[in-house]
Amino acid sequence: MGTKREATFAFWVFMAPILLGLLVFTFVPIGWGFLLSLSDARNSVDIGNFIGLDNYAFMLQSPQFQDSLITIIIFTIFIVPLTLFASLGLAMLVNGAGWGRGIFRTAFFIPTAISYVIASLIWRMGLFSGVPSGVMNVVLYEWFGIEAPISWITSSNPPWYWLVLVTVRLWLQVGLYMIIFIAGLQEIPRSLYEAAFVDGARSGWMTFRHITLPMLRNTLVAVLLLNFIAAFQAFDEFWNIMGGTAASAGNRSLARPPLVYLYQVALGDQDYGRGTAGAFILTAIIVGVTLLQGRFFGFGRST
Amino acid sequence: MTGVKSPTMMDASRYARQLKLNRRHMIAASAGAAGLAAAGRSARSVRAQDAVTLTQWYHQYGEAGTQEAAARYAAEYSEVNPDVTVEMVWVPGDYSATALPAALLTDDGPDVFEGSPSLAMVDAGQIEPLDDLFTEEVMADFNPVNIAAATINDSIYGVKMLDDLGLLYYRRSILDEAGIAPPTTMDELIAAAQALDTGRVKGLFLGNDGGVSALIHIAPWSAGVEFLDAANNEITFGNERTVVAYQKVRELHGSGALLVGAPTDWWDPSAFNQGLTAMQWTGLWAMPGIQAALGDDFGVVPWPALDGDGSPATFWGGWTEMVNARGQHIEESKEFVRWLWIENTAAQQDWNLAYGFHVPPRISAAESAEPLQSGAPAEAVTILNEHGRVLGPLWTGAMNTIITDALSNILNSGADIEETVATAAEQCQAELDRNLA
Repeated sequence: MGTKREATFAFWVFMAPILLGLLVFTFVPIGWGFLLSLSDARNSVDIGNFIGLDNYAFMLQSPQFQDSLITIIIFTIFIVPLTLFASLGLAMLVNGAGWGRGIFRTAFFIPTAISYVIASLIWRMGLFSGVPSGVMNVVLYEWFGIEAPISWITSSNPPWYWLVLVTVRLWLQVGLYMIIFIAGLQEIPRSLYEAAFVDGARSGWMTFRHITLPMLRNTLVAVLLLNFIAAFQAFDEFWNIMGGTAASAGNRSLARPPLVYLYQVALGDQDYGRGTAGAFILTAIIVGVTLLQGRFFGFGRST
Repeated sequence: MTGVKSPTMMDASRYARQLKLNRRHMIAASAGAAGLAAAGRSARSVRAQDAVTLTQWYHQYGEAGTQEAAARYAAEYSEVNPDVTVEMVWVPGDYSATALPAALLTDDGPDVFEGSPSLAMVDAGQIEPLDDLFTEEVMADFNPVNIAAATINDSIYGVKMLDDLGLLYYRRSILDEAGIAPPTTMDELIAAAQALDTGRVKGLFLGNDGGVSALIHIAPWSAGVEFLDAANNEITFGNERTVVAYQKVRELHGSGALLVGAPTDWWDPSAFNQGLTAMQWTGLWAMPGIQAALGDDFGVVPWPALDGDGSPATFWGGWTEMVNARGQHIEESKEFVRWLWIENTAAQQDWNLAYGFHVPPRISAAESAEPLQSGAPAEAVTILNEHGRVLGPLWTGAMNTIITDALSNILNSGADIEETVATAAEQCQAELDRNLA
């Protein structure tokens, strides 16, 4: 019995700090935020001035919030499949590399360690700067003879800013998902491929379609989910590329995701009631899509 | 405290200590932690019991020397008022949208701080009325615009520390060579921008968003439009003149003569100084940099009138000092504000003119300031007094988001101007009604 009590004691010693941390820094703020979303809380985070669902009604009817949802859906449609294909492709190439596997793996993974803010600034001021000396404009001029510099971020017709926003995230996150795919690929027993070859299968599309892909299903679904959630929470690259400071706030109107809008409402306008209401609507969308996705792809079901 | 060390060294070390203390102060929202910090402070201090410590917040000014100057004013105040210590705190990062509002939500915010007074701050009990600082004599020494911008529900909530304005800078030599006079109407401006655009040197720079944030207010103002009526309970920009004004902005935007995608934005004169553009909209603060780069090869005009029925316009900006209504030492804070921003002409001129370039808000301080007496600076002061406009304390950030989106849609998505302006005005009116309720 003594060991059981000791084990219980040890359990609480190890778990108490994290549970306490979760309670104080996660669950209490979530509960507080929910009550705030039902309150008229302007320039205040005090609960009590309850106004029912007014904040939710406002956010759902707000053209700004609706536009932000459209913006993030467009972004998700671009970034999720692109990341999926690019990271799976890279994982197969790196995994199949005859030599230097470690070097390639590291090289593709390194961008993950770079902050979104710094990458955004490199993209905005270096690669996609609108002046003729911007890297992409130089490339266009030197290689393709296109003389007129493109203002990548301000241009709305065609909306080049999507190229800037999608490529920066792709570069930053593709390495991380590549590592997850490599782990998934290494889980697949070699014997499956060997058995297939004995049965006359050819290496390439056939084994990929009938062995690799089915065996990777759980990894694929996990990457899809993580990617979708991360895309819906996009903030840093939008904030820093489409504005950055008070000046040129007009660019922010071109592509403003929900988190940027909620930041403006809650902190900029000091309307914590509407801000938290918007946050709960966004959470509901993420949870809803995740559940649907899980049901559709059967996440966690054994293959 | 005898003068063994040089005063600047002493200021710097004390400042560093204060900053550390205040970082902790700011993070510690709970009363317990604040009590600890206070205890630490009193343990070090050997002052009498009635000694008072005020915290004063500034955002991080870009101009070199401003931080030392602010610390110096605080130290000078303690010299004349030995019972009061002012802890000057220089706040980097997003001051107006994050640091200051977050601090004002707690009981532990700064006693004295700069910002812009708003109805929401008054409603939330965050700022203290300062009417007793404004005697008749003091009132007469401030431009009525500055008084009105700080007046909410018939009380004055702030003392203006610094006046700023926007100016249309043009390269004299380039305009002379092209035989173009500085524009006085919007049509002249569009024609001039197109004529001066050579591809390598663009005609006009209004910011990297193509002028949306620079012109949302100024274009309607130049058409004679006000955003709120005098009684401050109605949104008044939803009319035909605003439609025409935004129509002309679209014409300018579509002319291809604007510089976009410059390395810095409209508040910085680099694009103008480096010859990327013949004209640029930026602030008075940029004038020293432009003078250093271009000598006297530049001139300034206000944003031109829309047409014969409009008038030239510019924004009347700057910073306002306020007193925290939840502070522990309100009377002492008010006395400090009076000393620094109402009585101390030398500090006001130093603050506005020795580092960057701004106009001291007190009329007498501006009139006696040597650098503002002639040339482009004197013209700028005239432009401010004749054409400077404010939105007032009832205009909010939410309303700005609404009209920024509206003008962006007009310029970038070809939205119907009349409909867009009408919808934006309705949305702003709903915001205003909610705030006044």
